[in-house]
Amino acid sequence: MTVREDFKEILRLVRPGSRVLDVGCGEGDLLELLTREKQVDGRGLELEGANVSTCLSRGLAVVQGDADRDLDHFPSRAFDYAILSQTLQATRNPRHVLSELLRIADKAVVTFPNFGHWRVRLSLLIDGRMPETKALPEPWWSTPNIHLCTLADFNALCKDLDLRVESCSSLSGGRPARPIDPSRPVENLRAETVLFFLSRRVHESAEPPAPKDDLFGG
Amino acid sequence: MSEDGATFVVQEDGGTWRFGAERPLVLDSGLKIEALEIAYKTYGALNAERSNAVLVCHALTGDQYVASKHPMTGKPGWWDRVVGPGLPLDPQRYFIICANVVGGCMGTTGPSSVNPATGKPWGLTFPVITIADMVRAQAMLVEALGIEQLFCVVGGSMGGMQVLQWAADYPERLFSALVIAAAARHSAQNIALHEVGRQAIMADPDWKGGDYATTKKRPEKGLAVARMAAHITYLSEAALQRKFGRELQRDGLSWGFDADFQVESYLRHQGTSFVDRFDANSYLYITRAMDYFDLAAAHGGVLANAFTRAREVRFCVLSFTSDWLYPTAENRHVVRALLAAGARASFVEIESDKGHDAFLLDEPEMASAINGFLKSAGQARGLK
Repeated sequence: MTVREDFKEILRLVRPGSRVLDVGCGEGDLLELLTREKQVDGRGLELEGANVSTCLSRGLAVVQGDADRDLDHFPSRAFDYAILSQTLQATRNPRHVLSELLRIADKAVVTFPNFGHWRVRLSLLIDGRMPETKALPEPWWSTPNIHLCTLADFNALCKDLDLRVESCSSLSGGRPARPIDPSRPVENLRAETVLFFLSRRVHESAEPPAPKDDLFGG
Repeated sequence: MSEDGATFVVQEDGGTWRFGAERPLVLDSGLKIEALEIAYKTYGALNAERSNAVLVCHALTGDQYVASKHPMTGKPGWWDRVVGPGLPLDPQRYFIICANVVGGCMGTTGPSSVNPATGKPWGLTFPVITIADMVRAQAMLVEALGIEQLFCVVGGSMGGMQVLQWAADYPERLFSALVIAAAARHSAQNIALHEVGRQAIMADPDWKGGDYATTKKRPEKGLAVARMAAHITYLSEAALQRKFGRELQRDGLSWGFDADFQVESYLRHQGTSFVDRFDANSYLYITRAMDYFDLAAAHGGVLANAFTRAREVRFCVLSFTSDWLYPTAENRHVVRALLAAGARASFVEIESDKGHDAFLLDEPEMASAINGFLKSAGQARGLK
């Protein structure tokens, strides 16, 4: 089986034996890969019941739930890594999801289709139609992507949330990941899909606040 | 059939464990049950490391005959779709224990047992028991059987409540926990439905204030009605509709109050066959135990606190889409508390229109989830 290029890059970034949460883990392919190759203690969160059942039958620890609502219930710093692969743009509140990821994990890997890619821009400019590309294959009326963003947008959000960009790479056309500087406008044109490796900036006194406790009342 | 073609015979064992007066069961109410007896069945064999024991906790009207013929009804075990050779709980792999709960009527000490102090059946002098009391008794049995840590505690419905109680009270004595179609507390609706059943029993003149044991009559009508009402809550509207619709028993209506509709006849049968195998006072005590169940209340009102010592336990929680008795929301509530406590939890809501009873029925998705969960826990535990 050939391993997807984004999975290869995630495999490279994750330390062996660490605690990993895969948000939107699908049928558990990445979790299984990380468990096998990196002996991680892996958990998953997945919306689709059928996918969760597949994960469970594969012996993976996965909770059926939703990134928008269920991340709030995890304790702070419960994981070394949180992975959000091609899911951010489908969440209702990406800003909240991103900050939650880095509350519950020390580091986060986030991949998303870059809406600043030249094909996307060209499609809008020339045809005046919503773009349908390899990274964004669905027509506007059936896409789950409700919060698309460009590389520059995401980079700005990370600054806004005071997150540190450990590294960034571009994934295009099934080629291996290529390290990029996310602040360069040319990369925003060239990258079809981007992968951000993020960490929380350490402030001496500022322990992230515990989630609001609605375990009993709500 | 095993690989060499020989018929596999499940090693079946069990009996009644009698605890001496020096080991009374201390109850949540502060009272004690002396000379406790626990009736149980086992399947398979305990391995040399004593690491493959699985405790199955039964539901309200269940018993220890999880995978063997019921001695009174002759029907197959209540979970023979899950426990058995080639099934997720395979006696060739696990040593499976199932015990009748305290307050029950299949051999474990309950209101129909004889109170050794008086020589008469307990009746309503039997102390009110809780889910935690049931679990405390099971822990005594498990210890008596020489098992320090169970590989897994498994249960659906009230059985699932016991599993949660096990995780809260004896987290070091279980490696994994499988909770199916359960809840961490009884809701107002749950309590209300149980109250209907209890009132039906107590309104039966043959109940005699609970003292029917000496009268040679039992409150069969009341218990049957209780069962009929409860049985509706175990099914979904869709399942009832599919199974019976408005089909009639005979051609045409009776223009009276006979069982015209098939669903009526079915319910009446459920009621009358139940009274043959169940004790009315047991029904009162066990439904009371379920109503009193509120795991969060016992932990400062925060459910996650119940599981802070259970971080090392592997949990799997399963619910069913059409279960309105212990709905997905209640199960999700448990899962969120487990996550907040930092426990390793899996959870899936299984698509089924069979209602609460789906956990007892043929649900391939449930079977494969249980299988996957137990296999991976087994690997972690070093089971072959």
